[in-house]
Formats: sequence, structure tokens, C-alpha cells
Amino acid sequence: MSYHPESLILELEEVARQLRIDSIEMIHRRGAGHPGGSLSAADMMAALYFHQLNIRPQEPEWDSRDRFILSKGHASALLYAALGRRGYFPVEDFTQWGSLNTHLQGHPDRLKTPGVDMTTGILGHGVAVGAGMALAACMDQKGYHVYVLVGDGECQGGIVWEGAMVAAKYRLSGLTVIVDYNDVQLDGAVHDVMPLEPLVKKWESFNWMVLQINGHDMRQILEALDTALQIHHCPTVIIAHTTKGKGVSFMENKAVWHGVAPNDQQIKQALRDLGKE
Amino acid sequence: MSSLAMREAYGRKLAAYGEINQRVVVLDADTSSSTLSNFFAQKFPDRFFNIGIAEPCTVDVAAGLALGGKIPVVNVFAALLTLRALEQIRTCVCYARTNVKLSGSYAGVSDFKDGPTHHAIEDIAVMRVLPEMVVIVPADEVEIAAWLPKIIEYEGPVYLRISRAATIKVFGEEPAVEFGKGVLLREGKDAAIIAAGAMVGRSIEAARQLAEDGIQCQVINMSCIKPIDQTLILQTAQQTGAIVTAEEHSIIGGLGGAVAEVLAETIPVPMKRVGIQDKFTGTAYDPETLMDACGLGVVDIVNAVKDVMQRKAE
Repeated sequence: MSYHPESLILELEEVARQLRIDSIEMIHRRGAGHPGGSLSAADMMAALYFHQLNIRPQEPEWDSRDRFILSKGHASALLYAALGRRGYFPVEDFTQWGSLNTHLQGHPDRLKTPGVDMTTGILGHGVAVGAGMALAACMDQKGYHVYVLVGDGECQGGIVWEGAMVAAKYRLSGLTVIVDYNDVQLDGAVHDVMPLEPLVKKWESFNWMVLQINGHDMRQILEALDTALQIHHCPTVIIAHTTKGKGVSFMENKAVWHGVAPNDQQIKQALRDLGKE
Repeated sequence: MSSLAMREAYGRKLAAYGEINQRVVVLDADTSSSTLSNFFAQKFPDRFFNIGIAEPCTVDVAAGLALGGKIPVVNVFAALLTLRALEQIRTCVCYARTNVKLSGSYAGVSDFKDGPTHHAIEDIAVMRVLPEMVVIVPADEVEIAAWLPKIIEYEGPVYLRISRAATIKVFGEEPAVEFGKGVLLREGKDAAIIAAGAMVGRSIEAARQLAEDGIQCQVINMSCIKPIDQTLILQTAQQTGAIVTAEEHSIIGGLGGAVAEVLAETIPVPMKRVGIQDKFTGTAYDPETLMDACGLGVVDIVNAVKDVMQRKAE
């Protein structure tokens, strides 16, 4: 199955490392943001924006583009890092994040930031909105694919499953959902706050194709994204097992780093961990 | 009374307009045989999506369809649409400014049989407070047919309030309708009744009865509650110096609230709101009786006009 060249894997891993550095620097500079869930999803975002998505950064509204919804909108630093590095706007804009009159809002705003396909921040909407997008694509035979990245804690909300039923009813194979399953949410471990298990069986019983991967293994991510495109009778969910705060030693698996910015001392350690001196 | 229920006029017009604009898609939440979006469903099965009893999801799917270039029209009972799906409407429709049309059916107390769980007496208030939202409350089945194409062709979120019932007939033929514009239906110098929805017909009747007592009362149809016609409100306040609002809604936050906000900041003339007092409603054998029992009777409008005129005289 290892049909992707090693050079691509290494390249995307390097992109992911850069996205982690950008995210953590943005969060530190702003003194606010959500490091844990940005770091956990960085590998998936690198794979999507630098390999998988059929997009034109110079033409953000291109009608046939693949769509992406960051349903866990609080990981906005990561999305902005990906969009900036991909060329939707200058990376110099990163420094403006959260200030007045910037296009980079606290949470993603589709009307302000080029490349943001849907406004998010309140959890739960991505699957249902993505189903609507995929439905429209299907009706018009546009051929674009819709990707939705959801958090694991988000799956505690009923509307995720309402949306899952819609996608299954209309056999929306043009929709792929990725669950960033880092098992940590604001108040603690997901399995303590409100357990999701058996998560695979849940999605299967909603008539979705379920793939399970290590969400930090680039080869597994790419192969799962490829497999999802080969499924033509139902939507696909990729359950990506990840580590909250991945790559920053003192943040890994710590709920406290869900929504707290590192201070001036901590950022130095974080950047060292990420290989940026 | 009109021979045609508002919902039926709406359902027929929606189905007819589906022919004219192919981008229109229709969603319902297992109420299509009640909202009568099923007329559209029968005609355009490929453009109709029944999402089941999941109103918030219905709104979110509509937002996605709008982002895909469709013009989705969501049909749900008003109470559920505006309360259960309120956060979806705020975030994914208004804030994200998706081109979603929201039809709140069975509004007011028109679902007389089912009672307060299914009555929408707060929907105008909650829709009105949302930035980007336009709120339309047609007076009768003819005005609904006039508004629908206008609403569909408007680029942005609109809340359309529809009664389950037939109302007192107001319009013979389709009136010209315009966003942000109220329409003077009856001239008068002594007082003005600004009304919306099923209360417009009742207000005309109240004005007729008042005329028998020598009171000349304006009647304004304010079917566009947001954006509200400030110019017309100020003009009528200057002309009459006494204003009554009439709506099939709580007296808090609806048309009465909107008019009061305008007057309080400009020309604070004596004013009274006819509507449902701050309490839950009940059931009845028919909508007209229930409206009367809820304080929405013609007599309530007449008394309110006399009250504001007396305060004006003082």
C-alpha cells in the first residue's frame, strides 16, 4: 500500500512541522487561542492543503474547488497557518490575528478570510453543513469533494449525528469527515467527560464507511484520504487517533492546553520541541 | 375570511415558483403535509429534502446547500424553527450570511388545536434581534404570494412568517411589496393602527367600527418588520399623535417593540401594543376564537385606540 513516494511523505511532514510552529507562534503572540487541538490536527491539515484538496489559492471562490470545513473552529490558528502557507494571503498577516479590522478573526469567518469555506466556532455544525454542500455538488454534478474536520468532543453533540443521518440517507460519497480523536477536551479526557466509545461502531451503524488511522502517520493519512475517494455508495469518516498538543512536550495529552497560550518562557521550549531554535 | 389558508397559498406559490427559478430547493422537517411544502415536493422530488424531525440539522443542511449555490427554503413550524434551531440560524445563516430562506409555518396561535407547545408568539422577537435577518409577516394569502418571489430573489437570510389558518382578506389582487416599506391601507387623522399578519384584517375592521363613532383611524400594514419603515412610522406619528400596534405575537419584542423603539428615540407619542400579554396561550376549537381569547380581538384594538386617543388629549 506504500504507493506514495517517501519524498512526498517527508515534504508533508515538514509542512506539518511548519504549521505547528506557525500555530504556536500565533497563539503565543496573541496571548490567546487553542494550541492543543491545533497541534493534534496539523498532520491532517498538511495532507489536505498541500496534497489532497483540489484548490486554487489565487482563485479562492473557484466554483469547482474542493470544500473544507474546520468544524472544530477553535483550531483557527492551524487553519490560518495552512491558508497562509498555501498562498491565500501573506504569512505576514499571521501577526494580525485577533486584532481589530483584520481578516483573521478569532474563529474562522468565511466572509473575511480568503479560503475559508464556512464560518465556524460553535461546535457541531460541520457535518450537517458539509452534507448540504455535498448534496448541492451532487445535484449539479460538480464533482468537488467536501472535507470536514471535527473534534472528538464535538461528537458528543446530537447534531453531528443528525448530519450523519442526512449524509447517509442521500449517499453522499462526496463527503469525508475526519475525526481528530485526541481524547482530550476542555474539561478533561473525552472518555471521562462523556465517552464516545464504541465510536467506530457508532459511525458504522449510521451507515458510513469507517477508516481508522494514526492521525500523525502521514502515509496512513494520505492512504485514507485516497481510499475515501474510492467509496462511491456512502460517505466516509476517517477516525484519526491523535495526541492533543502533539509535538510540544509539555502540552501533550494535557487538557489544560486546550485553550491557553504559552508564555514567553514556554514558547521557547515549544519551539525547541518543534525543531525551531 | 379568505377561502384559502395562508399555508396553502404559500405552498402553491412555492411550487409554482420552483418552475421559474431552478436554483430553489426546499427542505422540510417531517411537516411537509402541514406546511404544504409537499406541493413543491410532488412537483420537484429531486429538489426536495425531508430531513426528518431534526430542525437544527435542517437549517444547517440548508446553509450547506446555499454555499453550494442553491436557494434553500426551509419549512418548519415557526416555534421549532426559531427556538430549537435558533443557534443554527444565528451562526450558520445570519453570521455566515448564507442565502437561506426560513418559512416559519403555524405561526402565532394558528395551530389552535395543539396549544402553547406549537404556538409561536416569540418568533418575531428572536428573528428580529439577529443581525442580517429580514423579517416578513404577510397579512393574507394574497400578500404571501406577492412576497414569495421577492424573498427568493433577495440575496440573504429572510424569515417569512406563515399562518396555518385563513385570515380576514385584506388584498383583492397582489399588492406591490418592498423591503423596508409599510403600506397605508386606510387614511385617518385621529390615530393609527400599525399591524402585521392576521391582525391587519382585524385592524381594518376595528377602524371601520371606530369610524362609526366618528374616529378616523389610519391602518398601516407593516408586513416588513425588519428592516422597519421608520419614515412611515414617524410620518404617521406626526399626523395622528396616537399609535396602536397589533400583532399575533407577544407584546414583547415583536412589531410593537419595533415601533416603540422607533418612537421612543424620535417622537414619543402615546402608544399601546395589542398582542399576547406576557403569558402562555391555550387551545380552542378554532383560531378566531382563540385569538379573541388571547387579547387579539377587534374590540381589543378598538379599546386600545380609544386609550391612546384619550392619553393624547390629556
